[in-house]
Formats: sequence, structure tokens, C-alpha cells
Amino acid sequence: MSAPMLEIVGLTKTFPVRDGLGRSAGAVRAVDNVTFSIPRGQVYGLAGESGSGKSTIARMIMGLTPPTAGDILLDGENITGRTGTRAYGRKVQMVFQNPGSSLNPRRTVAQSIAVPLDAHGHPRRERAGRIAELLDMVQLPADFAERYPHELSGGQKQRVAIARALAVAPKLLVLDEPTSALDVSVQARVIDLLVDLGRQLDLTFLFISHDLSLMRNFAQQVGVLYLGQIVETGPTAEVFTDPQHDYTRLLLASVPVISAEEEAMRPKIPLIDGEIPTAEKLLALRQAAKP
Amino acid sequence: MTEIPADNSPRRLSNAYQNWYRFSRNPTAVIGAAIVVIVILAAILAPWITPYPEHVGAVVNFRARHLPPSAEYWFGTDNVGRDIFTRTIFGLRISLLLALVVLGTAVPVGTVLGLLAGYFGGWVEIVIMRITDIALAIPPLVMALAVAAVLSPDLINSMLAIAALWWTWHTRLIYSITRQIRTQEFIEAAETLGASKFHILIREILPNCVSALAVKTSLDCGFVILVGASLSFLGLGIQPPTPDLGTMVASGSAFLPDSWWESVLPGCAILVVALGFNLLGDGLRDLFDVQEVR
Repeated sequence: MSAPMLEIVGLTKTFPVRDGLGRSAGAVRAVDNVTFSIPRGQVYGLAGESGSGKSTIARMIMGLTPPTAGDILLDGENITGRTGTRAYGRKVQMVFQNPGSSLNPRRTVAQSIAVPLDAHGHPRRERAGRIAELLDMVQLPADFAERYPHELSGGQKQRVAIARALAVAPKLLVLDEPTSALDVSVQARVIDLLVDLGRQLDLTFLFISHDLSLMRNFAQQVGVLYLGQIVETGPTAEVFTDPQHDYTRLLLASVPVISAEEEAMRPKIPLIDGEIPTAEKLLALRQAAKP
Repeated sequence: MTEIPADNSPRRLSNAYQNWYRFSRNPTAVIGAAIVVIVILAAILAPWITPYPEHVGAVVNFRARHLPPSAEYWFGTDNVGRDIFTRTIFGLRISLLLALVVLGTAVPVGTVLGLLAGYFGGWVEIVIMRITDIALAIPPLVMALAVAAVLSPDLINSMLAIAALWWTWHTRLIYSITRQIRTQEFIEAAETLGASKFHILIREILPNCVSALAVKTSLDCGFVILVGASLSFLGLGIQPPTPDLGTMVASGSAFLPDSWWESVLPGCAILVVALGFNLLGDGLRDLFDVQEVR
């Protein structure tokens, strides 16, 4: 295969910290020299707890936040500084975490899906047909077009958000915790839908989540993000069965399991004695783990 | 996924019906709406429903001066023998026209400025909001006084004076709502989907301001009418013989307390109109609050 669909090289984002008087008081490195790439047609899972910088990476890829340093290469083309433009939006789209707030409550499903169509100059005459096609793609009945978000369930709203993101036929879909706001029973069905769509439309996914059990089933490659850095990356099976980094082990050990089979897969590691792991402790662990 | 019927027209009808039902169960809103509708109809139909439409002008009938309310003259007559009921109904026209023109300019201007300041932030926000603060610091009556002194006291100039300050309230209202909505995910979603700034302002943010705008505007109708009447009362607004509620209260006050009807009854008309719009505004607010919570 040719160049990877998405390549992130040394991506860094620092946020200035100001004191009470607005003077600069240092900087927070939210994303620190992150490098990874996603081969065409694959699912890359980016795992990490809240505050690890997962969403900031998604926002930089979408052009909602300018990166401090580093490059973003899409389809072999360096598009740093051009993220967020319309030509770019045709190739990359995003599904947001909370469908309750990513759909405008005052716009019907059809009006919401029409936004990308109109913005990208889709012919008006074919609009209704395309909306029906998209709703069918995400397995919603066509008459949902005239509904408002408050008339839909969480899972249905997220399907609408997926349909909207797919409207201009992007190649890469960034999924920022697409199931975390949903009921557990609905999560699996949304993931199944995404897997199907990925196969049908030859999509590449960047799947951002803190939920490792979902990632195990969905992603071919995973990267574990910790305090803005990728501490471990590799094929999902390898990372999950033989984690090299203490933080990965810690994350895996905290996945709730329901069967003995899964329990057997769980890595046995000595946890830090009965305390919630703090950033300092884990940093110390990381230092210790380095050869 | 076939559990949902393909034809959705009954459901949409029931949606509209739900709104109507909630509205009809809200006594404040219904009373307010009834008053407003009656006042507007009375103003429009004034020449046909009033007993003495000719009394609107400079008619003089000294034999009928200062007559108390009776079957012939429902609200009595004034100091030159004109029917006060007729003049009160015609006075509603001026009051409503004032509210219409003032809010018809202040609401769009305030909304556009509020949207721009709230969405773009930075220098746009600083310039617009500081001008708004300056305009807010000027008392409307002082402004009207100045306008009347420089130009001349009449209907157009009092409209001008009120409208020149009224937009500030709408700017601040829309600004605060826009600031709040701007941070919501659906605005970022629209940005990543390639929507234009115009689309985001008009199609995404503005519809979310409509309920607040409707409440504020209907409450404002009452206030604008009150301010207009105050200006007329002070002699800064509409000049005789045009029938205006404020002017009538002022000229009737010379004959208090003997001919009380000459100022009290037009005063009551102001009260009823302002009350009607306020009740409607409060009722709408209750209605929209329920929808937001839902």
C-alpha cells in the first residue's frame, strides 16, 4: 500500500498558563511530541484517561485547535496549517462525544445533515435523496428526517451524527469517544454499525476512547496516551496480551471483566499499594521502567 | 428498524397540538394574549367601532364639555366636549405604532450586533459592547428631552429617541446567549462540516435565540408604550389634537379631581395595554422554559 491515510509527526500542543493578573506562568504540555500513523482502511485506537490529551489531538486534526508544533500528513500530503478548510473537510470528518450537544436542538435531522451537503456544494435537487440514503446507511427510517433531536434516543442521535459526518464521503473519520455518552447496550450496536460502514465505504478510523474493552474488538492498532505522550503503541492483540508499559498494564487491569475467559486475559501486575495512582507516581514508574 | 410508522403527519400534528395545549393551560399567557389581540383589533378597527370617529380631530362642542361617563359617552368627554372613549381607542393606534416602529428597528439592530459580538469576540466584541455600555448609561427620558430640544417634539422624533437607546437591551441579551451557545459542540460540528460564518450565525445560533427574543420583545412592547406615554405626558411626544394616551392623561390632569375620567380612564388604557403585553411575555417565558427543560 502507498502512504498511510493519516500520519502524525511530533505533534505538540502547549497551553499557556496565566496567573490571576494575566501574566504568563508557564505552560501545560497537553500533547507532547506525539507520532503515529494510520494505514488506509484500518482502525487506530487512541486510549487514555481524561486529561491525557486524546481530545486535543482530535481537535488539532480537525483544525479546531492550532498545533504548537509538529506535522499532520493526510494521504501523504502535509496539511498542517490547512486543517479545517473545506477541501480538507471533504476528506476528514469527526463524530463528537456527546450527540446530545453535537446536534443543534432547533434543527431537524434533515437540516442538520444538509449542512455539510450545502457547504460542499452538493446539488440541491439531489439533497433529499442523499439524506434518505445516508439515513438508510446508519439504519434509521427515512421519516426521521423531519424529527428534532429531542425526539430521538441517544443512540439514534449518534447515528444521525455519523450520517452527517459521512455526508460528504470522507476517507478518514475521527471518532472522539463516540459511545461514551451512550447506554452500554447501545454502545456495541453503534460500534457494529461503524465496523460495517468502514468495510462498505472503505473508511479509515481514528477511534479515541478510554474504554479498552471496546477498543479490543474494534481497533487493529492501539496507542496508549499518558500525560500527553504515547507510551506504548502496536497491534491491538500484542498490546493487550503483553503490555510493556506499567501504565498500559494499569489501564488493562482496571477494565471490568465479566467472564473467566476475560479474567484469564487480564495481565497480572502488582498494583501500586491500594492508592489511586497519581501522575507523580506513574512518572516515577515510567522512569524506573526505562532501560 | 421498522417499529416507527412511515407516515409521520399525525405525530407532527400532535406536536403542534401539545404546544397549543400547554399554552391554553397557562392562564397568564391566555389572558395576556387575549388583551393583546383585543387591543390590536380595536386599534385597527377604530374608525368603525368608535361612536364618534370625527372627535379624533380638532372638534369643539362646548355644550358637551366635562360630561361624566354615561351611556352616550362611555368614558365621558374632555374639556372641549370630545368623546374620550373614541379618542382612547384611536390613542391605542399611536401607542402600538410607536412600539412597532421602535422594536422593529431596535430588535433587528440589537440582534445583529449581539450575534456579531458574541460569536467573533476580540475587537468586534470590545467595540460593540463598549458602545452598548455607553448607550445604556444614557437615561431614555434625558435622551428624548435632548432630541425634542434639538429637533421638535413629535411622534417621529420620540420614536427616534427611544429606538436610539432601546437596541442596547437586545444586544446584551443576544450577546449573552450567543456566548453561551458558541461553546456548544454543535457549533464546532458545523465548523468542521464546512459551514460558513453566515450559516452558523443565522441558521445555528439565531434559532436558539428566538424564544428569549420573543419573550423580551413582548415584554418590551409594554415598556415602550409606557415610555412613549411618559414622553407625551411631559409634552415631548405627540402633540394635540392627535389623540395619544399620554397627552390625554396630561391634559385631563388639569381638571382633577372633579372630572377624574378625563385622565384616569386613558391612564387605565395604558395600564391594560402594558399589562397585556407583560402577561403575554411572562406566559411565553413559562412556555419556553418548559420546552427547554423537556
